[in-house]
Amino acid sequence: MTELLAVRDLIVNYHSERGIVRALDGVSLAIGKGEVVGLVGESGCGKSTLARAILGVLPVPASEVRAGAIAFGGDNLLTLASAEIARRIRGRRITFIPQDPYGSLNPLFTIGQQMLDLMHWKSPRAAAAGRSAWPAVLSRYPSARRAQDRAAILDMLGAVQIPNPEQALAKLPHELSGGQRQRIVIAMALLPQPELIIADEPTTALDVTIQAQILRLLHREVKRRQVSMLFTTHDLGTAWEICDRVVVMYAGQDVEAAPTPAFFAAPRHPYTSKLLESLPRTDGVAQDIPGEIPSLIAPPQGCRFHPRCYFATTECTITRPPVSGGAHVVRCYHPLGASTGVAA
Amino acid sequence: MSAALLEVQGLSHRFRLKDGRAVRAVDGVDLAVGAGEILGIVGESGCGKSTLGKTLIGVLGADDGTVRFEGAPIQNLDGTALRAVRSRLQYVYQDAGAALDPRWTIGRSLDEALVIHTALPRAERDARVRETLAAVGLHGDQLSLYPHEISGGQQRRVGLARVLALHPKLLILDEPTSGLDVSVQATILKLLVALWKQYGLTLLFISHDLAVVRSICTRVAVMYLGRIVETGPTAGIFTNPRHPYTKSLLAAVPLPGGRRVIDEAWLEGEPPDPLDIPSGCRFRNRCPMAQPLCATDDPTLRPLAPGHNAACHFA
Repeated sequence: MTELLAVRDLIVNYHSERGIVRALDGVSLAIGKGEVVGLVGESGCGKSTLARAILGVLPVPASEVRAGAIAFGGDNLLTLASAEIARRIRGRRITFIPQDPYGSLNPLFTIGQQMLDLMHWKSPRAAAAGRSAWPAVLSRYPSARRAQDRAAILDMLGAVQIPNPEQALAKLPHELSGGQRQRIVIAMALLPQPELIIADEPTTALDVTIQAQILRLLHREVKRRQVSMLFTTHDLGTAWEICDRVVVMYAGQDVEAAPTPAFFAAPRHPYTSKLLESLPRTDGVAQDIPGEIPSLIAPPQGCRFHPRCYFATTECTITRPPVSGGAHVVRCYHPLGASTGVAA
Repeated sequence: MSAALLEVQGLSHRFRLKDGRAVRAVDGVDLAVGAGEILGIVGESGCGKSTLGKTLIGVLGADDGTVRFEGAPIQNLDGTALRAVRSRLQYVYQDAGAALDPRWTIGRSLDEALVIHTALPRAERDARVRETLAAVGLHGDQLSLYPHEISGGQQRRVGLARVLALHPKLLILDEPTSGLDVSVQATILKLLVALWKQYGLTLLFISHDLAVVRSICTRVAVMYLGRIVETGPTAGIFTNPRHPYTKSLLAAVPLPGGRRVIDEAWLEGEPPDPLDIPSGCRFRNRCPMAQPLCATDDPTLRPLAPGHNAACHFA
């Protein structure tokens, strides 16, 4: 599979009143063309920081990128000027689906107005038209293009199964249900015909039957259009549902990456294995992971999971384990199943 | 099932809107909770499960129906009688830790409940506080700390200890694990089961998470739009659901490593407006089995197997 995006050894710190928060500690991740990658981890593990770094929206000056690279179509997103990212990449080649659509839709404008605004600036037709000499806010929206964009919006609303698309365009966000709003922002993420969608826990706030509908819709549409997707979630169940590959993070470090079936059948990192054991079971209460997630202000040296790890030895407390394994990557000195599988 | 500790009949609560219309959030609920059970109340947002919990303890007034606890009605009590019931019937909010006063030490917060509800002398209160603190897995030397000095998970434990110190009979737990990461959730569930055994509690476990309910409850009641549509032993509900809504709900739960919901779940559409509940069976608009009868006759819970009831004409 051709690589679309590659994050390499990314280190991101936040400055806080209590000290430097080491949010990402040398994280690597790759997404192939048309691939759906699940970025899985518990709260505070750095999944949203990574998503923000890719989108170029890390808070300034509170955050600081210390090292690493994000390669996307021949560019390094970390060195590209932010105006350039805003114009060529964000919202056009890389789009975003938020967790809470209510927070990203303007409550005072109709759905139709907001979708047309998006198309005005970010549609493929807008890209073809090139840059206007006028300042952005004054540039015209030619009526022919507007009509085409409107047709494209109605098509897309049909694809995301909004009943009565024409009527939906005239509604304000609060007049739609949570599930409908999530369908609208999915449509808005697909409309610019992006190469990559970053979806940040898009179904967390939804009920389980609506979640099933939205997951199915999202999976069908990205696969049909061959769009890649980075799907962050804390829920292993949703990762299982729609991801081709899963990357697990713990306290700012990537610990394991594997194709979804292999990952769920035989996790290799001790943390991942514990995480799977902590899922509710049908035959009694699940096992918890002793200890708590460390503070990222003074994180443990080496592998950040070592204070809670049954297998930890001295080397785990000194340096971070290197990457090992082929398609099923694990960063651990003592991976599970090491004697039977790939050499550690 | 042993004798019912809590008996609910025809309970309703309506939220009135300014324009005179009313949302029937809880609409004729019959329920019996036996001593020693962990009864799960499951359903999606807006089905009325939290309203049911709050109506049971009287935080919200009942518009209809009766609630009997230990055989005696507990509605419209006041003063001493109400206080006596409350010490044995406790409600635990989702984030129990948020109920702690940030300017009080943990020890003082724990002591307060005992001062209000019991006549124990100081030394015995102290002993009781230390005992419950140990039961939730915290140390006595944490009594002098303030809530911000302990983690969120520990705050929840203190919140639980505060309720347990009164030695209640029945706890109503409202979404006790929602918003928690799975590893922390497992810790809390383990703790709840341990406390359930240690104190001989009865738990009413309100949750939207079917996997959690399946893992700890002994019996389950499924709610849809203010009604209980199916109730039965956990194993029966999960392996042989009878109501079409329960079936669709179960089919939508992801099972990591198992079948994929996106290939199999079939429930389309969204729950109707609670201001405009369909006539007859309230699930009929989304139900694949719906017949003309469903539009005219409102099904009531009927027994299908021992302890297993469903409100459906065709279950």
